[in-house]
Amino acid sequence: MADKLRAQQQLEALQSRYIGTGNSDTTKFEWTSNIARDSLSSYIGHPPMLQYMSIGLGQSREKTRIQLLERMIQPVGKPPETQN
Amino acid sequence: MAGPQAGKKYKASGASEQPGSTKASLSEAFDKNLYDGNSVDKFAGYDSSIAVRDEDDDMEDADLNGRRLVGQYTATAAQLNEYAQGDTAEADILMSREESAQIASRETDYQKRRFERRLSPQRADAFAQNGDDEGMAYKDVMKERAIEREEARIQKLIEEREAKGGNEVLDHQPTLKDSKEGAVVSGDKTPPAPKKKRRRWDAAIDDEPANEEIKAEPESKKSRWSPTDPPAAEKEAAAPARSRWDTTALAPAGATPAPAAGEVARSAIPNMFAFGTDVSNRNAPLSDEQLDMMFPAEGYKILEPPPGYEPIRKAIGVPQLPTGYQGFLLPEENNSNMMGTKLPTDIPGVGDLQFFKTEDMKYFGKLVDGADEGDMTVDELKERKIMRLLLKVKNGTPPMRKTALRQLTDNARQFGPGPLFNQILPLLMERTLEDQERHLLVKVIDRVLYKLDDLVRPYVHKILVVIEPLLIDQDYYARVEGREIISNLSKAAGLAHMISTMRPDLDHQDEYVRNTTARAFAVVASALGIPALLPFLRAVCKSKKSWHARHTGVKIVQQIPILMGCAILPHLKGLVDCIGENLNDEQPKVRMVTALALAALAEAASPYGIESFDDILNPLWTGARRQRGKALASFLKAVGYVIPLMDEEYSNYYTSQIMEIVIREFQSPDEEMKKVVLKVVSQCSGTAGVTPVYLKDNVLNEFFKHFWVRRMALDKRNYRQVVDTTVDLAQKSGVSEIVGRIVINMKDENEAYRKMTVETIDKIISTLGAHDIEQRLEEQLIDGVLVAFQDQTVEDPIVIDGFATVVNALGERAKTYLPQIVAIVLARLNNKSATVRQQAADLISRITFVMSKCDEDPQLIKLAQALYEYLGEEYPDVLGSILGALRAIVTVVGLHAMQPPIKDLLPRLTPILKNRHEKVQENTIDLVGRIADRGADYVNPREWMRICFELLDMLKAHKKGIRRAANNTFGYIAKAIGPQDVLATLLNNLRVQERQSRVCTAVAIGIVAETCAPFTVLPALMNEYRVPELNVQNGVLKSLSFMFEYIGEMAKDYVYAITPLLEDALIDRDQVHRQTAASVVKHVALGCVGLDCEDAMIHLLNLLWPNLFETSPHVIDRIVEAIDGVRNAVGTPVVMNYVWAGLFHPARKVRQPYWRIYNDAYVQSADAMVPAYPAFEEKESRRHELEIFI
Repeated sequence: MADKLRAQQQLEALQSRYIGTGNSDTTKFEWTSNIARDSLSSYIGHPPMLQYMSIGLGQSREKTRIQLLERMIQPVGKPPETQN
Repeated sequence: MAGPQAGKKYKASGASEQPGSTKASLSEAFDKNLYDGNSVDKFAGYDSSIAVRDEDDDMEDADLNGRRLVGQYTATAAQLNEYAQGDTAEADILMSREESAQIASRETDYQKRRFERRLSPQRADAFAQNGDDEGMAYKDVMKERAIEREEARIQKLIEEREAKGGNEVLDHQPTLKDSKEGAVVSGDKTPPAPKKKRRRWDAAIDDEPANEEIKAEPESKKSRWSPTDPPAAEKEAAAPARSRWDTTALAPAGATPAPAAGEVARSAIPNMFAFGTDVSNRNAPLSDEQLDMMFPAEGYKILEPPPGYEPIRKAIGVPQLPTGYQGFLLPEENNSNMMGTKLPTDIPGVGDLQFFKTEDMKYFGKLVDGADEGDMTVDELKERKIMRLLLKVKNGTPPMRKTALRQLTDNARQFGPGPLFNQILPLLMERTLEDQERHLLVKVIDRVLYKLDDLVRPYVHKILVVIEPLLIDQDYYARVEGREIISNLSKAAGLAHMISTMRPDLDHQDEYVRNTTARAFAVVASALGIPALLPFLRAVCKSKKSWHARHTGVKIVQQIPILMGCAILPHLKGLVDCIGENLNDEQPKVRMVTALALAALAEAASPYGIESFDDILNPLWTGARRQRGKALASFLKAVGYVIPLMDEEYSNYYTSQIMEIVIREFQSPDEEMKKVVLKVVSQCSGTAGVTPVYLKDNVLNEFFKHFWVRRMALDKRNYRQVVDTTVDLAQKSGVSEIVGRIVINMKDENEAYRKMTVETIDKIISTLGAHDIEQRLEEQLIDGVLVAFQDQTVEDPIVIDGFATVVNALGERAKTYLPQIVAIVLARLNNKSATVRQQAADLISRITFVMSKCDEDPQLIKLAQALYEYLGEEYPDVLGSILGALRAIVTVVGLHAMQPPIKDLLPRLTPILKNRHEKVQENTIDLVGRIADRGADYVNPREWMRICFELLDMLKAHKKGIRRAANNTFGYIAKAIGPQDVLATLLNNLRVQERQSRVCTAVAIGIVAETCAPFTVLPALMNEYRVPELNVQNGVLKSLSFMFEYIGEMAKDYVYAITPLLEDALIDRDQVHRQTAASVVKHVALGCVGLDCEDAMIHLLNLLWPNLFETSPHVIDRIVEAIDGVRNAVGTPVVMNYVWAGLFHPARKVRQPYWRIYNDAYVQSADAMVPAYPAFEEKESRRHELEIFI
């Protein structure tokens, strides 16, 4: 019991520090959103990657960057309707 | 039985509207309300023919098992119990131990005054949304305080008059003397409940219902014992205090100290009440009828109780009688409490408790009354629920405590503040509380506060009453806890409410209350910010109405810097201005506390903030000239703390202004003053403005005249102060100046004085060095220190330290004195007293460095040879020191030059390794390790093997340092004589039973493998794994784990060799086996990151993976660590392929560990996961960017 409690607390602490972590109750929507955001920030964070994508899209790096940043808002669409 | 309240009867009837109406019958309970006096037959339960006293004795025996089988031919119970009760009773050892654990037992009288406070009635919450106004408003409280002050004043007047002798009215002997107080509660060692102030009013309330009943009884029963002067009673009731009595009567629930406790106690009675154990009926006051019978009708006059008379007997005995009490109760068979000693440890609905004290019955008795929970109201159920949880928290086992605490916290808002605090707070007021219980209850309050937030407002004062005493506890942690609670409380209740709650206590007539309130206010200031509180403080410090308020206000300002330290700097100006004017207050006490507050502020602000003190410098300095005695001490203290803030010019001027007074006070006999002037001197001498010349001319002579006297060495506190101040003076005026003055004292006849001198010289020389000590002083110094060293009657490390410091500071200059010192040491090594020998040896180890610097190696050798002779020493402490000295000599002269030669020395050490004493073990292993490291070839291999066997025992040592040294020594020896023999010894040791020994052996094997290259060890180790014995196999795995941890990247060469073994270990049925194997995998994997061993790692990962579903915490932790290790070795994406499969598995049991692995990977290498994320079918979730292709 005490262990469970501690595990729970540790998980909460972890979650507050790393948003992308999950637990057994994480929904697909949450997970895919995190994946999308992490991917987008990774593209932006690696300049060669950003350069490559900009060339492919035929636009400036800055423009691609802004586009990617904006895509981070609801990256996988609206959250699913809650049942209750 | 006549209740112990009988003594109060007169008052009761006096206060009733029908005075002098009743005469209680002998056998009826007085308090009808409590005892349900509507008995049919009041003699039911009494045997009317046999002497009651004898009956008692019989009943006691019957208690044991209900019937007696054999006749009794032994001493009577009365004889047997002679030493069990009363004055002749022997102290119960257990009981006294229990009591010594109680907080109250180590409190000072001042701290005990907390018991005089009572929980105040609930306060109104002025900020409540719905504006419901139950409880006392601010106005009411202020009024009540005013009345209390008035009452205290009058009480004082009365006392004064009494003292003056005008006591014809006041000097009454009570007509009915109560018997001893302690007899009221039998078997219950609870000291009387907190004494309520204004008790007679409370008593009036208590008795009121009783009076109503009495009123109904016929007038004819009027007794001459009841007050004969009804108008007097009426007059008293109509006295000015009446209005207050009304006020309290409005809220009787809150006015009783422990409402909940009272109720509980009543229900707990069946357990407490039995004829055999309860002697209170025997000691009950005489009833009117008895008195009538005893005294003749004439010649006696019944006096009325004097005004202000308070019955000595506490009300506590009363609630301990059952509600339905009708005389003697037949004890129930299984009522364990009847035994007086046995108490339940198993409370229904609570489970097994760690302990259950007698006092707990008062609060938790309800839980064992066996009432049916079915027909209880929600509130009652709630109350019981809280009670149960609190009991679990207070008396339960740790896991019970934890869950109960959590439940209390989670449901705090449902329970509501009222029911919670009404139960928690009385518990905290209990006298027999112990540290642990208090800590837990305070923790409950803390957690609950957090949840309740502003709901807590009506209870703020109650909580403060309970928590404030923590602020002056001796225990540091209790103080911290108290602060935390109060700071949380103030955050929850808000500043305005805190101020309105605590304001009435600022000019409380009790100094204790004011003091604690001031401290609490300081905590509030630190929690809510000083600026928020400043306007209020300013107003309080300028209060015209009462100097108490000003005093408390300044005290708050004093406590704030003590609490917050340099965090006061931004508000320093405000705080100083706030109290500045109080330096010239008309009340000396206010002036004193103001000076102390300034001292605290300056101390906290140091070295900044002098500009904030500008305004008060003048009053402070002129004030210091005017004051005398204690006030002067506090002013000087403030001066002492302000001076270090000043710049050079000012400090010089102001020091010269004050020094005159300070020097004058050198001769003060007052201890406090001595402390202060010493402090001021050291502070002044530390400032830049004070020159060495000034000190020499004006201060030093007087200082040494008054403080360097033998008397100062006798008191520990003075001693410390004088030493510190002298060292501070030396910083400024130079070593030789000070040392020259005191060096002669080392030859003083008084030992304490010699010690004080040595300590001072030690401190001065170790900070300032011995450079300006000239030839003559040097001789005196060595001479003195030798005398101090030799003339010790009680061996003290201080002298050794001083000696070593002096010799080391002199360095090469000490050469001339060394022969003399060596001669003395050698002589003392031969002394018959063990401590003298020990000190001599200790001294050697401290001065070897200087000796070798002075080229005195021959002397060192001489010492070493002498020490070698003394290796047969039998006192372990001395032996340890001798070994330490030998080691120190070996270190400076080197192994080759050592005499006796190492090959003779080491065999002498081997048997000493068997010694169990820690100091001996530590020093031998150090010496042996040094020899093994530097000069292993001086000794033949067989001797080393012998030492290896002895070392195995050291692996069991308690001290970690010894175990570590032993392990390292194994490494050195293995290096010196080759690993084979050492390894064989170690592998054999894997078979022993002791876990610690095996673990240490495993470590040693790891070390040997590291020092002698793994390939020398690994074959033997892997071969050992084939022994079909679990301990051995586990030991091998453990050694492998340590080995791979130590060898790091070298692991690459052994990965494929070790894989089959690990394969086998990872599929073993034994959990621990897999666990240890996993830790080997982890270290191997981390060792070969990026070294091209991925295939082996993936193979191991496949074997590891199914272990993911282990639930034992140790096992699963090792498994997860191993997977983490492999992830590092093979790259995140590969491992993630395993993870995707289970993240959304339908079974939670599967999802859980998979998410754990996922989270670990995410935390460590989120970026590396990006390319590995799965591709999704849904349009929105697809990562189009990745499809860009040039």
